[in-house]
Amino acid sequence: MDVFLQQVVNGLSLGGIYALIALGYTMVYGIIELINFAHGDVYTFGTFTSLAILTGLGVSGEVHGPWLVAVVAITLIAAMLTCGALGVLIELLAYRRLRNAPRLAPLITAIGVSFILENVMQLWHGPSPIPFPQVVPNPSVTLGLVSVSAKQVLVIALALVMMVALQLFIYNTKIGKAMRATAQDRDAAQLMGINVNTTILVTFLVGSALAGVAGFVSGVYYGTTWFFNGFEAGLKAFTAAVLGGIGNILGAMLGGFLIGLIEAMATQYVPQGAQWSNVVVFSVLVLVLIFRPSGLLGESLPEKV
Amino acid sequence: MSRVAVKRAWLAVLGVVLVAYPYVDRNNAHVDFLANAGAFILLALGLNIVVGFAGLLDLGYAAFFAIGSYSYAMLASPQFGIHIPFWIMLLVAPAIAALFGILLGAPTLRLRGDYLAIVTLGFGEIVPQTFLNLSQYTNGPNGIISLDQPSLFGHSFGFSSAVPYYYVLLGLIVIGVLVARNLRESRLGRTWMAIREDELAARHMGIDTTVAKLSAFALGASFSGVAGVAYAAKLSLVSPDQFQFNVSVLVLSMLVLGGMGSITGAIVGSFVLSFVNSFLLPQSTTLAHAAGLVNVDFTNYRYMIYGVILVVMMLFRPEGLIPNRQRKAEFREAATDPVLLAHEQTEYEDSVGAG
Repeated sequence: MDVFLQQVVNGLSLGGIYALIALGYTMVYGIIELINFAHGDVYTFGTFTSLAILTGLGVSGEVHGPWLVAVVAITLIAAMLTCGALGVLIELLAYRRLRNAPRLAPLITAIGVSFILENVMQLWHGPSPIPFPQVVPNPSVTLGLVSVSAKQVLVIALALVMMVALQLFIYNTKIGKAMRATAQDRDAAQLMGINVNTTILVTFLVGSALAGVAGFVSGVYYGTTWFFNGFEAGLKAFTAAVLGGIGNILGAMLGGFLIGLIEAMATQYVPQGAQWSNVVVFSVLVLVLIFRPSGLLGESLPEKV
Repeated sequence: MSRVAVKRAWLAVLGVVLVAYPYVDRNNAHVDFLANAGAFILLALGLNIVVGFAGLLDLGYAAFFAIGSYSYAMLASPQFGIHIPFWIMLLVAPAIAALFGILLGAPTLRLRGDYLAIVTLGFGEIVPQTFLNLSQYTNGPNGIISLDQPSLFGHSFGFSSAVPYYYVLLGLIVIGVLVARNLRESRLGRTWMAIREDELAARHMGIDTTVAKLSAFALGASFSGVAGVAYAAKLSLVSPDQFQFNVSVLVLSMLVLGGMGSITGAIVGSFVLSFVNSFLLPQSTTLAHAAGLVNVDFTNYRYMIYGVILVVMMLFRPEGLIPNRQRKAEFREAATDPVLLAHEQTEYEDSVGAG
């Protein structure tokens, strides 16, 4: 039982990262029906940017007290801004022109963008895994049967804060309303005077900024990264978005945590599970697409952003 | 001379050049390169059936290449003591690959285009990972080695020269081109084009879209199976890292560069990219080193090149360098024709509603 509960905690921490990435997939898909393959690489770019900022701040190990808060805040904001800008750039350069092209075209472009980003990051830090400084002190607290590390708390808390902030943004601001309207019916939204292109840009900005958060958090959580990190994480996060019901914000969060749990459980309970965890996750993707393509929350909450 | 006669004359010249080439150029490295490029031409021809003819984006095409290669490795090597001749494997492996194509396609082909893409991507990840994990059968990351050498009339191909493989691949490509061309002109081929242009309309015309899409998947996979056997036999080994996602994207880039739906395009695109990969990048690196730029390694820009090809071609010349006329019209029209735009929207809404 304690092993099981421990894996629940691990799974939720993994899931927090997947959920943050999945939000970007689901928002972009909701608004322009494009699987943004490059999104996973934007997430890795977030880790790389965070690493650069930390190096710039001269941080290479644990920091404490108010300095810790400052370091985390600065790195996080910088990662969000950089990734947000990258997302906007990708949309402007690669996707906007293809808005009315056959569906295959932007999808192929997205794969191309993903490869370009991966190659840029490979040239930046080389082809091998690179260490990420252990900024956050990591004491564990034992709660009953399970031990929870400070990093895990940070991951889950940041994920939840971002999700609440996103919900507030989408449901309580004018631009959020514009996003929902554009997702529902682009032409009607345009007729109502919404600047559709700006709205799509904001969607890319917000989704990519969340990927930036995920990038920073994953650096802190795993203590390592490499240029190809986003490929697998991106696929898993996409699976999460589909599992929750693509286009659905709450679904992406739920799906993210579920995929994290599934992966943690597979690692623990499937024989040689660590080797097979990817296979398990992709099998989930295939099964969901076959039996419930609308995802878990796809029908009960048809509104999508 | 009529245009057809001119075309035939050029083809005859090309044929003579290709057959005579190994006798003119005695450099084994060049022939070896051409034989490897031949395997990728076969892959591009197969993917062209799926992506070009039927319009289904398959991002896990390397999986079928892996299945073809591993079939040969398991059925023609000391691994299990089974030694099925190469020539028979050229028939068996495509059948196995096609079977897996159907197994993958059957549950997933009713998905919309982009979902299908991601599922095939997942499949492309699962297959090499499975070969990696089942190490008791496949030796895991070490792969299977010392595969049987093909032999013809008692003469083994051996390792010293790539010439026999060159001719085998040349022959396979000729067969592949004939098959692909006949498929395109066949009833099935026209069915694929109908589906590609408007699946809903095709279904309403009484086309069994599932069967048609499954056959595209199976036939495309079988090309990959043949390429896998030839490639594995030539290398005499297989290992899981030969079949990663970048191989699928490489073949897709070849197709996008040459022109989706165009057989000549598939061949030219894959030849050009093979040339860039195996000659241009290493050679220019050597030149740069000779010029004193020791830190330059152009081969590190490989993925960038694939990526740039995909993006730039899609933005500025989606029909490819040597376009298929019909495909070009589709790409060009869709962007401007309001009727087609409305079609796309209806199709989307329909698929969401059906989901």
